[in-house]
Amino acid sequence: MAVKVIIPTPLRPYAGKKESVELQAATVGEAMSSLTTLFADLKKHLYTDDGRLRSFVNVYVNDEDIRYLRGDQTPLREGDILSIVPSIAGGTQN
Amino acid sequence: MSGRSLRVPEALVQRIHAHGVETYPHECCGALMGKDGETAREVVELLPLANRRNDSPRNRFEVTAEDVQMAEKKASELRLEVVGWYHSHPDAPARPSEFDREHAWPWYSYIIVSVQQREPRDTTSWRLRDDRSAYDSEAIESVAEPASI
Repeated sequence: MAVKVIIPTPLRPYAGKKESVELQAATVGEAMSSLTTLFADLKKHLYTDDGRLRSFVNVYVNDEDIRYLRGDQTPLREGDILSIVPSIAGGTQN
Repeated sequence: MSGRSLRVPEALVQRIHAHGVETYPHECCGALMGKDGETAREVVELLPLANRRNDSPRNRFEVTAEDVQMAEKKASELRLEVVGWYHSHPDAPARPSEFDREHAWPWYSYIIVSVQQREPRDTTSWRLRDDRSAYDSEAIESVAEPASI
């Protein structure tokens, strides 16, 4: 399945400055895996050291959050658009 | 120090301070909308946002993905882009915490204002290193008016 992945501005320097990337993938997990294989520098910003998607990284399939679908196992259809959308968090230490 | 600098009109620095005072003792947060040039980055407008961390607003802030998308849309309407984020550290230094670093994105400028006993103190800006190991300080260049990059 040919799908498009929209890269958020802060990650474009690690993805050849591209706004989007077209990939072949059957699931969200496959698409994310292909993306980080193509652009290895993206991986540390998207995943923790133990391989989990970082809590402030949100992935949408056609505007639906994959947390409300089937996560990494969410199936993709031809022409689907995946968006990686940041959430922003922080605060003092204590 | 990274050698980078962030131009911020003085009036916007004052608005960040006012937001930090308004929400004290809770953390304030908002988007920095501006332009990122080859050699300089400039903040042109702010978008104050609600702190979504209702469970712990004294020492945490959160901007949801929906608010990020809304900020990007607003910036685009102004022919700007979201170049970073600001937040306050109530009764704490204007330095990024380990929690800040763990949750940071690269590329963005992160302005932090220390608000001590309802008084704005230091204001600093930071960018995450490519390898996520630390933040580098970014000099805030206070300017009278926005300049075009």
